[in-house]
Amino acid sequence: MLSRAAWSLMLKKSGHGRREMHSPEAPARGEGKMPPYANWYAERSYPMPEEPFCSDLNAEQQALKEKEKGSWTQLSHAEKVALYRLQYHQTFAEMNRRSNEWKTVMGCVFFFCGFTAVLIWWQRVYVYPPKPITLTDEWKAQQLQRMLDMKVNPVHGLASHWDYEKKEWKK
Amino acid sequence: MASEVLVKPQMRGLLARRLRIHMVGAFLVSLGVAALYKFGVAEPRKKAYADFYKNYSPEKDFEEMKKAGIFRSIK
Repeated sequence: MLSRAAWSLMLKKSGHGRREMHSPEAPARGEGKMPPYANWYAERSYPMPEEPFCSDLNAEQQALKEKEKGSWTQLSHAEKVALYRLQYHQTFAEMNRRSNEWKTVMGCVFFFCGFTAVLIWWQRVYVYPPKPITLTDEWKAQQLQRMLDMKVNPVHGLASHWDYEKKEWKK
Repeated sequence: MASEVLVKPQMRGLLARRLRIHMVGAFLVSLGVAALYKFGVAEPRKKAYADFYKNYSPEKDFEEMKKAGIFRSIK
């Protein structure tokens, strides 16, 4: 209870420090490092940058850093957590958390597929010229009849499925 | 950390064992695929052609085609 209060107090103080001192657009950073070498956002591909997340420490945090130079067995749990939070932006669990982004992505993908389908349908109705004569149903029927008369592919193919006695397709 | 002693894992010959297993496996799989193809595709196809041509008469076939009227040089 007490350690949690101490940690959250530390977090609040360092939170302000972080946001003001570590905004990426601040020009005073000079030769600030770019991701992934900076620690602004935790990255799964670069989990341990050289620069700590929070390098502008107030007095309390500096005292903690001094204590860190000694034996670690003397650090309390809350202090260890506070040191971790100074060094890293997020824990692995926080960094690797799931999200619902895939639903948005799939929704947009399907939406644009549908929109494309509408465009193609409009094009089919209003842009395409009339079918050539060879694609009309009468011509295709005559073509099929001629192919059956010629007995194309009589072993495995088209004519093998036609029953020449009954004049219908084999069942 | 723990006080019990773990069994020492296999340290050597891992690749050799993998290769042995996979050589045998690949041999069997390819034999199996070839056998399946032969008895699933090749033999039925040969049989179908043999059955077709067993009682095939080119003259009869020609007469049927001529009656259907597909030839241009013969009516």
